[in-house]
Order: sequence, then structure tokens, then C-alpha cells
Amino acid sequence: MDFLRPASWEEALAAKAEHPAAVPIAGGTDVMVEINFDHRRPEYLMDLNRIRDLEEWEVGADSVRLGASVPYSRIMEHLRAELPGLALAAHTVASPQIRNRGGVGGNLGTASPAGDAHPALLAAGAEVEAESVRGSRRIPIDAFYTGVKRNALAPDELIRAVHIRKADGPQQFSKVGTRNAMVIAVCAFGLALHPETRTVRTGIGSAAPTPVRARAAEEFLDAALEEGGFWDSGKVITPSLAKRFADLCAAACNPIDDVRGTAGYRRHAVGVMARRTLTWTWESYRGARRTTEGAA
Amino acid sequence: MRIDFTVNGRRQEADDVWEGESLLYVLRERLGLPGSKNACEQGECGSCTVRLDGVPVCACLVAAGQVQGRDVVTVEGLADFARQRSRGTGARGTSLDEAQEWQAHGSDSRTGEGGGLSPVQQAFIDAGAVQCGFCTPGLLVAADEMLERNPDPDDADIREALSGNLCRCTGYEKIMDAVRLAAARRSEGV
Repeated sequence: MDFLRPASWEEALAAKAEHPAAVPIAGGTDVMVEINFDHRRPEYLMDLNRIRDLEEWEVGADSVRLGASVPYSRIMEHLRAELPGLALAAHTVASPQIRNRGGVGGNLGTASPAGDAHPALLAAGAEVEAESVRGSRRIPIDAFYTGVKRNALAPDELIRAVHIRKADGPQQFSKVGTRNAMVIAVCAFGLALHPETRTVRTGIGSAAPTPVRARAAEEFLDAALEEGGFWDSGKVITPSLAKRFADLCAAACNPIDDVRGTAGYRRHAVGVMARRTLTWTWESYRGARRTTEGAA
Repeated sequence: MRIDFTVNGRRQEADDVWEGESLLYVLRERLGLPGSKNACEQGECGSCTVRLDGVPVCACLVAAGQVQGRDVVTVEGLADFARQRSRGTGARGTSLDEAQEWQAHGSDSRTGEGGGLSPVQQAFIDAGAVQCGFCTPGLLVAADEMLERNPDPDDADIREALSGNLCRCTGYEKIMDAVRLAAARRSEGV
């Protein structure tokens, strides 16, 4: 094994072009476990810790450009207002020690269906900034996950940053596990209200081969909220509407039975989380409307 | 490969390090510092918690090559680190020999008096927070860092800060007591 230590992003791209099999390592959450347990012996290990740019973020007008290695603990601390769903998801990642090193770039690189960031990214709307010596491109988050632990990166590409849409409404994240800390999600659910476009977006984790959106559920809810004038009136979402949304979210799952839970349990739990996160975010939206518009 | 880095305030180098090796392995097997414990090797248990450039991390998840030129504090250097922090200056660091010979008991093995303990270590002894002791080094490093950031933690803060450290003996109550004790003593200037 060779240890590559690029001092700059350009050096990292050149090294990845020369050694496409090189495994990038930043927080080590996934890579070091595989090496410690002898599940993986990469020919080249490429340390990204020396590239400090990867730990920086910029808040733009419409989106946040989040460096691939910004630790989860920083996201929780500094980006709660702009990226509330991701900040909530970040808080459920493993433990403080892990959150101090791990970042979204690693979650995306591993592309495990259980990665905690994915439902939040799907719900908020995001693009992955991938780069190689051939150039840079933005991969829509919906097109990024291609299979179990597979993503759309080319062998010579590295993840530089993620561009995540700033919240224009309430967002929520929910995760099922046996305890609060150190849990790989049995299943997880992210939901974002987008009042500016009058749309709702979702993200489901650990309940399909890849992280997925519940598109049919989103389309149903978008239409129902529009037809019912909910965005303008801010009235309470009816139980039947919430139930239909939850059922459609559960139907978007394609889970398996494994040691963490059965497929049936996962489908059920995703439905419950969908209903709850919809209620939480909608109540928050109604509350914000009351505050800003002074109506009762 | 060779790794040069700072451990407990002193420059150290480790030779013949395998490229896939963890910081934990370097500390324990190459530098002879077994205070950081090796249990799960997957970041689950927190027994190997050390400070890397001041930040608590699992040493088992840091590749050795990633610590080149960086600063590591282990439980062996915690007492000196705490002294340095309270005095502001005058850190002398902890040499490998000192660290390897370091013992918690000093002149009195039951109370820890005279052993040069950090306040959080003393609090763990006084509160009876140590049973088998395997999780203790990681808990000490994590608890010490939390008290540095948050001198007046409530129980939720303590639970959150220690949520990445597993103990299979105590049920955590005495550990909570120890951290509360360390915080109380600090606020009273003891």
C-alpha cells in the first residue's frame, strides 16, 4: 500500500488521475474500519486532510457550498439556519468523536443507503460538485446514487463540495434506531417544505438499495396542498391527507430484511416518520405564517 | 513510512509504519503508549479517544499518515495538558518514558493523592467511576474536553459529550457523578 498526501486540490486530482484505484480518506469513518478489519487493502490510500479548502463552506444567495470534509459537528454548529434538515441529520451521526472528523463527502463517497446525510440532501435539493483533471461537473443528488454503495463518480473523480439549497421553509429529519448514539439507521426520513415553489420534497434512507425520494407522495401532496389552498390559508393538514402521504412514502420503499430490521417494519416506520415529519414541518410553517402575517 | 508528530507536547517519530495502520496502533505498538485502549477498531466504543489538534477523535479511525506534523494528546499526557491549560504557560510535555511509567496511584493508590492527576482523573477516582477501567482513558479524554468547552454542563450536555464512549460495567451513574464533581470543583476553584 502507498500513502498519498496531496498538499493541494490540484495535486489530489493529479494523483487520482494517475491512480484511479486510490481510495480517498478524510474522516476515516468507513475507510479505516474496512482496513482495520482487513476487508479492504487499497493499493493507494489518499489523505485529503491536508487540503484545508475542503473543510470550508460558503453561504450564497440560494445555496450553501459545503466543502466535502466539513465535519458534521461544524454543520450542527454553524449551518443550522441555512441547512436545518442536514444539521438535524448530522446530529444523529454516530458520536461526537465521529462527528468531529466525518463529513458529507464521505457519506456520498461511500453511498451507503444508510448514510445519515442522504435523506436531508434529497429533501433539501442538492448537487454534488465532482472534479477530475478533465474538468468539474455538478451531479444532481437524485442522479448521484446508482446502487448499493455505488455512485455516479467516474474513477478519476473526487468530490469537492456539495451545493445544497438553503432552506426556504421548515425541514425535519427522523431516524429509527435502538438508541440515540452510535446507531446505523434502521430507516430514516427527511422532509423539506419549500413554500417559495409550493412543493414538498422527501428523502428516504435505509429502505431501498439507494437513498430515494418518495416522488409519488411528493406529487400527491403538492397537488393536494395546492388544490386545498393550504399554502395560503395555513390550515391544518387533514388526517386523511397525511395518511395518504404516509402510505405513498411507505410504498416508495423497497426494503430488505436484515439484522437491523425487517422489510415490513421499515415500510411501516417510514410511513410513521413521513406523517410525523409532515405534521412537525407544517405546524412550524403555520406558526411562522402567524408570526409574520399577524393573523390568528 | 516514517511519521513525525507531536504526542503529549513532545516531538515523536515512528518508523516502519505500515500505510494502512491506525494512529491507535502507532501509539500503542510503536510508541509504547497503551493508555488509549483498543477494543472495537470501528469507532463504536470510544476507548481509543485522543485529542487530534485539540479535537476528540477515535484514534482507531485516523490513518497513521494523517497525523504527520499534527498534535496528539493521549490520556498519558492528560495531567500535564490540564496543568498547562490552568496555568496558561509552562507546559513541559510528557516524554515517552514518563508516559510509559505513569501510574495513577502516586503516593496513595486508593485516593490518587500525589499522583499528578488531572482534575477529571481525580474526580473519577473520588466518585468511584472506575470499575474494570478499560473505558476510562477514553472517557477521561472526552470528559476533559467537554469541561474545557463547557465548564458548567447539565446532565444532557454530559450524556451527549460521552455518548460515544461505551462502559459495560458501571451503568454510567458513577461516571456522571465524576463529571459533575469535576465541574463543581472547577466552579468552586478547588
